[in-house]
Amino acid sequence: MDPVRFETLPAAYKHWKLDLSAAEKTGVARLVLDIQEEGGLRPGYVLKLNSYDLGVDLELADAVQRLRFEHPEVCSIVFTSGKDRIFSSGANIYMLGSSTHAFKVNFCKFTNETRLYLEEASAESGIKAIAALNGIASGGGYELALACDEIYLQEDGNSAVSLPECPLLGVLPGTGGLTRLVDKRKIRRDHADVFSTLAEGIRGKRAKEWALVDDVVARSKFVETTTKRAESLAAASPRAQAKGAGIALAPHELTRSSEGGKLVSTYRYVTLSIDPKARVAEVVVRGPDHAPPRTGEELRKLGSTANWALRAWRELDDAILDLRFNHLDVGLLVIKTRGDLEKVREADEALAALVKSGDWLAREIQLLQKRVLKRVDVTSRSLFALIDEGSCFAGSLLELALASDRVYMKDDEDHEDEIRVALSSANFGPMPMGNGLTRLESRFLRTPDQVGKLREQTAPMGTLTTGQASKAGLVTIAPDAIDWDDELRVAIEERASMSPDAMTGMEASLRWGGPETLETKIFGRLSAWQNWIFTRPNATGEKGALTMYGKPESPTFDMRRA
Amino acid sequence: MSNVVNDTRIPNNVDLASDKKLQRALEQWQPKFVDWWVEMGPEGFQKDDVWLRTAISVESDGWAHFDYVKMPEYRWGIFLADQVPNRKIGFGDNLGQPVWQEVPGEHRNTLRRLIVTQGDTEPASVEQQRLLGQTCPSLYDLRNLFQVNVEEGRHLWAMVYLLHSHFGRDGREEAEGLLERRSGNPDKPRILGAFNEPCQNWLSFFMFTFFTDRDGKYQLLALAESGFDPLSRTTRFMLTEEAHHMFVGETGVMRVIERTAQLMKEAGFSGDVRKLGGIDLPTIQKYLNLWFTLSLDLFGGEISSNAAAFFAHGLKGRAHEEKEFDDHVALEGFHAIDVPRDGKLAREDVPMRNAMNEILRDSYVADCQRGVDKWNRVLEAAGIEYRLKLPSRRFHRHIGLYADVSATPTGELIGKEEFTRRRGEWLPDAADEAYVQSLMTKPVYEAGKMANWLAPPARGIKGKAIEFEYVRHEL
Repeated sequence: MDPVRFETLPAAYKHWKLDLSAAEKTGVARLVLDIQEEGGLRPGYVLKLNSYDLGVDLELADAVQRLRFEHPEVCSIVFTSGKDRIFSSGANIYMLGSSTHAFKVNFCKFTNETRLYLEEASAESGIKAIAALNGIASGGGYELALACDEIYLQEDGNSAVSLPECPLLGVLPGTGGLTRLVDKRKIRRDHADVFSTLAEGIRGKRAKEWALVDDVVARSKFVETTTKRAESLAAASPRAQAKGAGIALAPHELTRSSEGGKLVSTYRYVTLSIDPKARVAEVVVRGPDHAPPRTGEELRKLGSTANWALRAWRELDDAILDLRFNHLDVGLLVIKTRGDLEKVREADEALAALVKSGDWLAREIQLLQKRVLKRVDVTSRSLFALIDEGSCFAGSLLELALASDRVYMKDDEDHEDEIRVALSSANFGPMPMGNGLTRLESRFLRTPDQVGKLREQTAPMGTLTTGQASKAGLVTIAPDAIDWDDELRVAIEERASMSPDAMTGMEASLRWGGPETLETKIFGRLSAWQNWIFTRPNATGEKGALTMYGKPESPTFDMRRA
Repeated sequence: MSNVVNDTRIPNNVDLASDKKLQRALEQWQPKFVDWWVEMGPEGFQKDDVWLRTAISVESDGWAHFDYVKMPEYRWGIFLADQVPNRKIGFGDNLGQPVWQEVPGEHRNTLRRLIVTQGDTEPASVEQQRLLGQTCPSLYDLRNLFQVNVEEGRHLWAMVYLLHSHFGRDGREEAEGLLERRSGNPDKPRILGAFNEPCQNWLSFFMFTFFTDRDGKYQLLALAESGFDPLSRTTRFMLTEEAHHMFVGETGVMRVIERTAQLMKEAGFSGDVRKLGGIDLPTIQKYLNLWFTLSLDLFGGEISSNAAAFFAHGLKGRAHEEKEFDDHVALEGFHAIDVPRDGKLAREDVPMRNAMNEILRDSYVADCQRGVDKWNRVLEAAGIEYRLKLPSRRFHRHIGLYADVSATPTGELIGKEEFTRRRGEWLPDAADEAYVQSLMTKPVYEAGKMANWLAPPARGIKGKAIEFEYVRHEL
């Protein structure tokens, strides 16, 4: 299979139309879903009834990202369909049926991230989203609507919302649908139960009564009503006051090469090298090589390519997705950094100062860093951070170490000055995990005072040696310099030999202590159940419901409850 | 034999009086139905006496009673064909199991959808035809129109009875919904496309009753096979009435052709028949193309997982399942279908169950062809060479495999642009509509008289003369 590439741009969209014609005047962008049936990412399925595959979702993710950075004038988005009578029928069933388990899981994870980002764009950036359902919205189609702030359903005797996965396919709505029904829209659990087992879904009055939609609107007034609503949401958004232009997101520049059996992708600030034989990948993130922008003007002048704070993190995002989708055999990701601690901290503080001054673009950059870190959090590979000479795990980059399952820091008295970590304001708030806590708060659930101590300790922003960092609880294992290479080799080999399923489950269970949120429920609960169901004979066995869908025979279930 | 009760508010042979709850529910629905009829039924004739047949039993001889009745006072009743003792499910995964008298839980939603979709077509056609009376070509035809209308109304009753008696609160809500949707209203359209198309003139009406009601016949035949016995029994009796609707269509189009042939003769075959106020054969062909293809869409997608599931579960079979097919499980065979791929057609084998819509469509097309052959015999007898043809099922489609391709009436795939350019050659354009409309501006209310564009029927209804006053219309 060809590797999946995640870059695109509006001119290359096959399935979405980004309509900005009214954006300048009203603040409203329209994202119109009109899926090319024959335009699937892989052969073997036809994207009928506005059903989607990963290729469709990539474009959606790109569109939302670009709106945030490139179009400050856009304060609300109307999601609607370019097809008559159908909004979207969700993920394409034949695509799912013909996909490997790993692809299905990665696909669901990516689509979940995209929907959470859409919600984040509303909550943090003031880009409100309206789902204008001008036709049937079933499965993933309705789940996309659930990720919007408000849902409007066309009343035409035909349009309905539904989650038919359970009754029709024997699987779950895998993109947060069940969680959002009860957690986000606070729909009564018994109504949600009825709704989620009713293949044809619910229309009209009852859809509104049960809060499955915010309103039902006659077909003849639908476009006008939903546009007006989007306009008033846009006008009320704080983003409407945003000052300063946007910046274009330039394509990545990278080279892919093969070196001594390793596959190496080299970006400007990121190098990802994959060792397929050892089933280990290594990512190196390089720190800033320029003075950070101090004013909104400087920030805009640097754009997306000359500003480390944006470029390095976009590159890391791309590398993580590449690893996730295209290198399934890799069980362990080793995270390294190279550069100047002080410069990372400088970049963090300069960005924080601009955010504090109210610069929306600086805020977007910070939010993007936050999202990339979350992407790392939910990546189902063992993560080891290695801190040695030349590392620059400071502030935002230290978050990468804190996101890791283990942190190894070299203990070398001869090079104590070169092996250090540092904290910045980035560690104390702007980049929470999915559970709503910072990575430090999540780390020190048993000793919450430790977070405050670290804050005080680093108030003058000093740096920590291996000994200090270990004492502060930031390091898992600090091998001596003489043992370093061997210790790491053994640790990595041992980890890479463990059952990948057990590791995935164990890591996912340990990474988010503390409170539950919509997000942790989606990734930790819904996805886990879904991934289990995906491997069960009742779904994907020879006679399972997903396998049999569209086939002449009916599915047969093993009726024993597990 | 079931016991018929005709002296209650709702005539029935389902022993309604023994189920007070159901009776009350239906008696509550009844006034809403009559309101709907008065609002959306034939406009301008609600006070007239119309000589109509009313179903009074399900006996093969004498099931109907003929008399004058004012339409709002028509006795819409609930009649199920007699129960077949020890009936077994005749197809699918449950082949040979006893039929269900109650709805099986796992099929409740599917059955409800099937019934609602079928039921929705009944009031829809009444709405589509509500203005036709005002341009009627004769009292005979006016009466036939109303006969069709009141019986579509009764078919709605039949479906509503099932919804009320077997589907609980959801069923009752759906029954209300059937009276709330309106043909052609963009805000609350009828469920199926063809039932939102305007049916504005009598040529369309005849084509509609021939082609679209024939779709109804085939849907009813497929549902008559259902393992859900009440549905099977209801639809079997509906078929009895439906036969007359197709008679109206078949003879209606035939009488148009007869009159056209006659006028062509008068014009010396070379002249323009429009000058003599007839409907020329190419125009008839265009209306045929339109209504045939709209009706083909009603059968659904050529390759359909829904159709496979309906068959697998024993909910909807093939027409004449027992007589015409040997393999009632249908898991082995394939059906060859021409699938458009990159602008060309590729013959593909589709698993039999997934092709059930297409198989039903095959039977339908063959049945249509028999009617068209009869029409052509009229032309042949008149010494006219022109022949009417059913267009390819790839032509002018909006549902299924051919919805996104353009094709000529002979089925060759062409570009969208060419189709748009040549549309008027194949389908009625504004000028054709205007011409046909111009023939039908004035109604003919004089008993025995026919509009100029239409030949009289061979005989009257139920032994009455053609000159009989089938409708006593108050001017």
